[in-house]
Amino acid sequence: MGSYIGKSVKRREDARFLKGEGKYTDDIKLPNMTHMAFVRSPYASANVLSVDTSEAEKAEGVVAVFTAEDGCGQYGVPCGWQVNFKNGETMREPQHPLLAKDKIRHVGEPVAIVIAETQALARDAAELVAVEYEELPAVTNPKEAMKDGAPKVHDQFPDNMAFDWCIGNDRAEVEAALEKAHHVTELEFINQRLAPNAIEPRSYIADYDVNGDKWTLYTSTQNPHLIRLLMCAFVLGIPEHKVRVVSYDVGGGFGSKIYHYTEEALVTWVSREIARPVKWTADRSEAFLMDAHGRDHVVKSKMGFDKEGHIVAHLTDEYCSMGAYLSTFAPAIPTYLHGTLFQGLYKTPLIHLNVVAPFTHTVPVDAYRGAGRPEATYLIERLVSKGAKEMGMDPAEIRFKNFIEPFDGVNQPGYQTQVALQYDSGNYAPALEKALDAIGYKDFRKEQAEARKNGKLLGLGISTWIEGCGIAPSAVVGALGARAGLYEVGHVRVQPTGKVSVYTGTHSHGQGHETAFAQFVADRLGIPMDDVEIIHGDTEQVAFGMGTYGSRSLSVGGSAIVKSIEKVLEKGAKIAAHKLEASVEDLEYAGGKWTVKGTDKSISFGDVSLTAYVPHDYPQGLEPGLDFSSFYDPANFTFPFGAHLAIVEVDQDTGKVDLKRFVTCDDVGNIINPMIVDGQIHGGVVQGIGQALLEEVVFDESGQMITGSYMDYAMPRADDLPMIETHNTVTPCPHNPLGVKGAGEAGAIGSTPAVVNAVVDALWHLGVRDIQMPLTPQRVWKAMQQ
Amino acid sequence: MIPAKFDYIKVSSINEAVDLVDKHGFDAKILAGGHSLIPAMKLRLNTPSILIDISGIEGMNEIKESGDEIIVGANCTHKQIMSSDLVKNQLNILAQTAATIGDVQVRNRGTIGGSLAHSDPSADYPATVLACDAKIEVTSKNGSRTIDAEDFFQGIFTTALEDDEIITAVRFPKVKDGNYQKFYQSASRFAVVGVAVVKDGNGVKVGITGVADTPYRAKAVEKAYDGSTDAATHAVDGVDVMSDHFADSEYRAHLAKVMVKKALA
Repeated sequence: MGSYIGKSVKRREDARFLKGEGKYTDDIKLPNMTHMAFVRSPYASANVLSVDTSEAEKAEGVVAVFTAEDGCGQYGVPCGWQVNFKNGETMREPQHPLLAKDKIRHVGEPVAIVIAETQALARDAAELVAVEYEELPAVTNPKEAMKDGAPKVHDQFPDNMAFDWCIGNDRAEVEAALEKAHHVTELEFINQRLAPNAIEPRSYIADYDVNGDKWTLYTSTQNPHLIRLLMCAFVLGIPEHKVRVVSYDVGGGFGSKIYHYTEEALVTWVSREIARPVKWTADRSEAFLMDAHGRDHVVKSKMGFDKEGHIVAHLTDEYCSMGAYLSTFAPAIPTYLHGTLFQGLYKTPLIHLNVVAPFTHTVPVDAYRGAGRPEATYLIERLVSKGAKEMGMDPAEIRFKNFIEPFDGVNQPGYQTQVALQYDSGNYAPALEKALDAIGYKDFRKEQAEARKNGKLLGLGISTWIEGCGIAPSAVVGALGARAGLYEVGHVRVQPTGKVSVYTGTHSHGQGHETAFAQFVADRLGIPMDDVEIIHGDTEQVAFGMGTYGSRSLSVGGSAIVKSIEKVLEKGAKIAAHKLEASVEDLEYAGGKWTVKGTDKSISFGDVSLTAYVPHDYPQGLEPGLDFSSFYDPANFTFPFGAHLAIVEVDQDTGKVDLKRFVTCDDVGNIINPMIVDGQIHGGVVQGIGQALLEEVVFDESGQMITGSYMDYAMPRADDLPMIETHNTVTPCPHNPLGVKGAGEAGAIGSTPAVVNAVVDALWHLGVRDIQMPLTPQRVWKAMQQ
Repeated sequence: MIPAKFDYIKVSSINEAVDLVDKHGFDAKILAGGHSLIPAMKLRLNTPSILIDISGIEGMNEIKESGDEIIVGANCTHKQIMSSDLVKNQLNILAQTAATIGDVQVRNRGTIGGSLAHSDPSADYPATVLACDAKIEVTSKNGSRTIDAEDFFQGIFTTALEDDEIITAVRFPKVKDGNYQKFYQSASRFAVVGVAVVKDGNGVKVGITGVADTPYRAKAVEKAYDGSTDAATHAVDGVDVMSDHFADSEYRAHLAKVMVKKALA
């Protein structure tokens, strides 16, 4: 039986994935199924003058054609988070229609849908829908959107502003401290817009059952229950209990599959209209155009230091794009998931962040792996390294000087930040020390000096990161504007034979829950992992849940399961005590059996399970069965942290950056499966490197996306990367039973500034102080020329 | 990403192919490896009503030695070219060039004839075809002719091919001293700049792709070549340099000089 926790158990799900036998939504083919195709706007901003569907309706294989006139989802898609203005004014919330009626607000916005017998016929017929547009000027940059006379996205909000928000200390106080600071470092840059690029495009099938007046929606989502709630209650106004949402295997999300999309509601609506199943699967072009994007901040930052290098104040102003509409969590991303991390790992006494969130003529922006925290880490870590180097200090040394002292959250209280949240536990210096040792920091500086003499441009970048995840205590997020609770549900059903089915409201789309969750469940119950099955992604099997994002699955979802396991063991002990003719207090549970302390009298988990379901010889008054469900609402966020180091060589002639080494030391609390954590770190680090060096969504003047395919949007590939060297420290989370913190986003949060700091370090002696991301060869070369 | 409806005919001889081209005219497209045409069709940027698949024509996928020449059939894949001992020994620059194209899947399907006929301004082969002074053999209903490399490339996706002509082979002189240097576009892995240099006793021939809307022979470099790499500074003399968000004309011009220098070294 042994202990599974801490072992790199191979992932159970990989057998089916590696054989191409995963069950993705697009793999599902229902009898009598129809296919949906979209007529999408080629313009970013336009008036829709007319839509003529007559030719399409007559086309081969066409079942139906619908436009906004047909009354689908009259309320539009809702936003799940309300962030008000700093002056108390309510967030401005435009309606997000399922199909555009009069006005187009981003390229790709759908105007009509065609339902046909095959996908190809639906596509053919969609080309026959004649739409007359009047193109209007567009604005895609959030700062530009705030200028007087900028094209309006929504006529009712003439200044294009969704909200103007701030967090932290009094602005005047922060400004005064910057005035008096020994040194102030400044940065102005764009944290560029990224496309999420999940390998599986979004796919939906709705199947309306006329006889039962019920729907089944198969969907590639990260959170089936939340989709059901939003779609039923807010978009379509259909009873929630009449819709089953199923999300089997999902090929990556990175945030982009959290949100409730218009296409999801449309297939559901159409399925009842035509009383047949309807499928839609995005192609890669649609994924680029329609999946919610990430980042897109225009940033201006100042950080002040005293003579010794202590940070005395930090002031940042940002314009953060919402896109054309407010996506599900969009307002929270550049605010409560961003500003609340401005403390970083440092004792900064004065912090102020102001965020202006404009609408732009672009697809909505929402959470993308890290969601607000990578943007916070990037600007803080760039400022700290830049400030240190300007002051002639070592960038590692200045971090040690500013780190918050260790606190475990048990013997020492949590750390109260200047930006609302309280960190749970932290011990920051050892993570950086370990990473510096691993990379050979002291020797590197000699190597760098030597290399420079030979005309080689070597640089090392440091990033020490923290993030708030394990989302989230419901009361806290409720106070911050969330329109949902963020607890989780864990249901443990012990079968009569002692086999265990675990139902979780979290959702795996690559994270390996079927393995990691089974590891701790098996350990807690002292039974073989093979006896434990993890089930997710079906609203008819799992009671409720909030899905997976914000690195919450294990810390929140796992804790809910632990609560149910405790209930199972508590009831099991009563049954065991009865069978062993002992009192519960005299029993101990270990190795899958209850034993009367100090004797060899024992009863196994399996025997107790069978007794619970065949209750012939059974404690009086105790219900039969061994089946418990629990809701777990975390006491706090969790705060993993770590250090990422990069070594780069810059090609003098071309500006091309060669990433030579990447070393991490992350502290994600207790680790259930080191291999899975490593995999999560690897994936996240690579996405962060992608932002630093390669990825960028670019729009032209008219709002066309000119990076809408892999010919123009550069994703990181294996040959762009070194081996990623991962290390860990362990500082358990004090407030959840597993002591875990979350690892899903860590890599993407820590890695980006390490790479950029390394490139700037390599070119510092040439006078380079900052380079706009992504650090393409062209940008690096141009920076070297100045 | 579903193409519009089209018919498909796989031919077994070049005569059959040119007859069909003659019959269908602009409605027809020649399908070789399909690595440019099929994506364009999936995006419905190209909607031919009939595809004439020439990949099965006998003899068109062979690499042969003929006197001082290496004759590469138009249907040879990039993989075939980069792996051919004959090419590696007698025309190594072409093997080098083929090896930089796309990825394994692309190299397994894409063909030299298809690439040249498509004439993407950032494709790799044109630089080498130009530097080698290769000859492109084409056939139509009216017979066959040979087009010199320098006359072949005429603009973005534009060549000297008549509408009814199909490339059947490319004839390369054997090259002892050749070098292809490429700076990759990070997304597509096409050439931001690709430079092919062929040296012989008489001097140097330099073909450049990716820099202008038409691949070109860098005659100014060839003229200034003195055995050193100094001539590289003339890489874009008289050339209208392209600009995009990966490389504006200033940076691209700089890269052209860097890559010519590398290729000359």
